Amino acid sequence: MTADAQSRDVAGYALRLGDDALVLSQRLCAWVTRAPTIEEDLAIASIALDLLGHARVLLGHTGERDGTGRTEDDLAYLRTERQFRNTLLVELPNGDFGTTVARQLVFSCYTLLLYTALARSAEPVLAAFAGRAAKEVEYHRMHAAQWTVRLGLGTAESHRRMQAGLDRVWPYTGELFEADESAERLDACGTAVAPARLRSAWELEVGAVLAEAGLTVPQPNWQATGGRSGLHTEAFGPLLAELQAVRRQYPDGSW
Amino acid sequence: MTAPPRLAAGQVRARAELVPDPELPMVTLADLGVLRAVRADADGVLEIVITPTFLGCPAMRVIEAELLAVLAAAGHPDGRVRQELAPAWSSDWISAEGRRKLAEHGIAPPGPANAPLPVRLGLAVPCPHCGSVATRPQSMFGATRCQTVLLCTACLETFAQMKGM
Repeated sequence: MTADAQSRDVAGYALRLGDDALVLSQRLCAWVTRAPTIEEDLAIASIALDLLGHARVLLGHTGERDGTGRTEDDLAYLRTERQFRNTLLVELPNGDFGTTVARQLVFSCYTLLLYTALARSAEPVLAAFAGRAAKEVEYHRMHAAQWTVRLGLGTAESHRRMQAGLDRVWPYTGELFEADESAERLDACGTAVAPARLRSAWELEVGAVLAEAGLTVPQPNWQATGGRSGLHTEAFGPLLAELQAVRRQYPDGSW
Repeated sequence: MTAPPRLAAGQVRARAELVPDPELPMVTLADLGVLRAVRADADGVLEIVITPTFLGCPAMRVIEAELLAVLAAAGHPDGRVRQELAPAWSSDWISAEGRRKLAEHGIAPPGPANAPLPVRLGLAVPCPHCGSVATRPQSMFGATRCQTVLLCTACLETFAQMKGM
């Protein structure tokens, strides 16, 4: 592979991971002042801030490796829907707290496995990023697992809602592990982690939490796809409009 | 106006070490382990290397500005500040002095960074207000990204602890 082609692959890889982090961060922020307790407000805000920090590093690296020199802000604020590469899972509306916890569980189990493996990348920035991000995501995973068990074994109503949340997000988990040619090329040279490699470990981890929580692993007969190629759900446009509103109303504004 | 004399790297480092953290001003960048190195390149241009505690931490921009001011005042207006992500910052880098200052200000210092997370969260953390170890975790997340919240069952105060990670 030529150096140029590899740079493009790394840029695309960082962009996909960065968009996942950015969009989920934006979704989670909407919980602030609406979470069940004040501690939970802080927890969700902290997780959202961690994810925003991850997005800043990943999108900044995208602009460095793709040769365009775009900054993290350019990438976050000046792209349109079709140019975002996040999975549909992270853009789903929050739903109730059970749905949010379900998404946090499936996503943080996936990112913890991913970043732990990516910390051994041959690409120094990806390795350094992932080594640190894994430490942060460990807290996200534990937070989600504790809530899953608490809601699963709580009351009949909390159990019902937690299961409904899992049923809602499950068809969107397949996209996290979708085969991806450029990631596979990077995986072959020790630079990235092909998503499909993480699937069986993820199923074991999430399955163990659901077993402890007395919940059932959903078996949906359909799977969502499209986000990685820029085809998003109807809910994504309004999310992006809100995220970009200030920057678009006041181009180049500063404070 | 005469330009300040160009101080040697060691003297610049001594000044940089004293810069307070913007979020936890009771500790310095040296106490936190954020300040990694001060070195001169072949042309004598000084570079200060810092490692963020948390990725994309917004305090880094403030820290960079303050360190650039330190460089300029030390006769190095051409000096640079660079962020290094590897090796990743660890709470084990917080100095004994830093731990003492945090506790003095009501923030319990972090436990060991490398123990598994459930063990870290299960360790008895002495209450920084009354010293009791009858404390329990209240929330894994606190007022800043680097803190977690505990409750002291002896004095009934909640308190923050720096996350061990």
